[in-house]
Amino acid sequence: MTAPEPQFDELYRDIIVDHYRRPRHHGTLAAPTQQAEGVNPVCGDEIRMDVSIHDAVIDGIAFDGQGCAISQSSASMLTERVQGHTIAETKDVIGKFRAMMVDGAAADSGLGDLVALEGVAQLPVRVKCALLAWNVLQEALQQAAPAAGKEPA
Amino acid sequence: MLDVGRIKQDFPILGQQVHSRRLVYLDNAATTQKPRQVIDALVRYYETTNANIHRGIHTLAVQATDQYEDVRTKAAAHIGASNPQDIVFTRNTTESINLVARAWGDTNLGEGDEIVLSLMEHHSNIVPWQLLARRTGAVLRFIDFRDDGTLDLDQARGLIGERTKLVSIVHMSNVLGTINPVAELAEMAHAAGALLLVDGAQSAPHLPVDVTQLGCDFFGFSLHKMLGPTGVGVLWAKPGLLEEMEPFLGGGEMIAIVKPEGSTWADVPHKFEAGTPNIADVIASGAAFDYLRELGMDSVREHEKAITAYAMDSLQRIPGVSIHGPLDVEQRGGAVSFSMDCAHPHDISTIVDGHGVAIRAGHHCAQLLMRRLGVPATSRGSFAIQRRCRCAHRGVAACEEDVC
Repeated sequence: MTAPEPQFDELYRDIIVDHYRRPRHHGTLAAPTQQAEGVNPVCGDEIRMDVSIHDAVIDGIAFDGQGCAISQSSASMLTERVQGHTIAETKDVIGKFRAMMVDGAAADSGLGDLVALEGVAQLPVRVKCALLAWNVLQEALQQAAPAAGKEPA
Repeated sequence: MLDVGRIKQDFPILGQQVHSRRLVYLDNAATTQKPRQVIDALVRYYETTNANIHRGIHTLAVQATDQYEDVRTKAAAHIGASNPQDIVFTRNTTESINLVARAWGDTNLGEGDEIVLSLMEHHSNIVPWQLLARRTGAVLRFIDFRDDGTLDLDQARGLIGERTKLVSIVHMSNVLGTINPVAELAEMAHAAGALLLVDGAQSAPHLPVDVTQLGCDFFGFSLHKMLGPTGVGVLWAKPGLLEEMEPFLGGGEMIAIVKPEGSTWADVPHKFEAGTPNIADVIASGAAFDYLRELGMDSVREHEKAITAYAMDSLQRIPGVSIHGPLDVEQRGGAVSFSMDCAHPHDISTIVDGHGVAIRAGHHCAQLLMRRLGVPATSRGSFAIQRRCRCAHRGVAACEEDVC
């Protein structure tokens, strides 16, 4: 069983480079309800994330940090994708993104621009870069659980 | 000059293609590839001589013991040491340093004693001393380096003083490539009554080394970074030092007499080689020492200086590239770390990998150094004997064409 040959031309698509050079929702929120951060100790990539949740809807999200194009563009696209969505919808997106990156599932059209990161799944050493922001978001959502009152512990 | 065309034929792994391009392996500071002679020696041992050493009477045990001990002599010769009995085989440089921290440090350091390191150390020459400091109450001090990547000797002079018990310094930096003035540090350490340990992981493979000229008290290096197999390290100690040290690991092989109330130790170096050692890889390491001796370490150094100069010169022509470390090849070895304004090191490494070029990206086990440089990571190409300027060119071209 051999892994499919990575397509290097596909890896750094324009949209990834664009999000890396001009990250969306970059910075901090004035009044976050949740904050989380994460690092990849092996490579030093860092993401800090502010999230504002009211009535189970993400009405604000911002991130900053440093790292490679894959980690930072993934964070930027994440913020665009989940801003304005409910926690339930966001968890669905997280699940679809993880399925694409970790389980080798075909890209789901519900992922939008994030589909551009599909090629990273063929490079196991880089998958953790793409997942970092998602782990941070998940941690932030876990903090949201008590406030939302209906999330499982 | 080295006949690189012929040398390359000795490295089976270099004949392959990676991502449909002929492999250009520029990660020699992490580990080198192995010549056919080393691979054959490993196979030959298992096919003809395999037996446990030192305690057997039968023919194979005697042959294996002779071959193993013969490599101790070669290891001593490689670093200009006169006595093979001052050579201890370990797993790697890291274990060599840990051995000193335990077997020498635990009995010779106390509260308030100082260990002087530098900010360009590999984690293997930082963490064992942090652990030792925690056990003994000793304190760590760090020598900074100048912006050109050379060690700040003036600061070293101020730091090394009467509280100093040990100076432990890297001979050639795995990130900056800097070759440190070990002999001067030895003088400073000895004037203060301290010992000097030299981390030779990057120097023993690439420079002529003479421990007597360096004036150090301990010297550690790893075979896998110098054409040998993984799992073999060397610790050399100045004559007489090993005898004074406590054992590192206890077990078979390292004892003289074992009684219920206590044991006595084998003579050095066996006192420090508890348990069955890595016999096969040590014996195969003999072929690596032979290979380098036949080339001559002076020729190795000259070849690598030329390719390093070429690589640095070409890299600097790319806009937005900065090289970390000395630019004068007399002051440095073939590990060339660089940053590119336009891309993160991990992205650079992935992109050039797509061209079949293997370089390393990351903190290179030197987080103190990264913090000092103010970067999260760097990209690093590192050269060895089986590389030519043409290969460096492919690495540079891959960066230039595709990264920005």
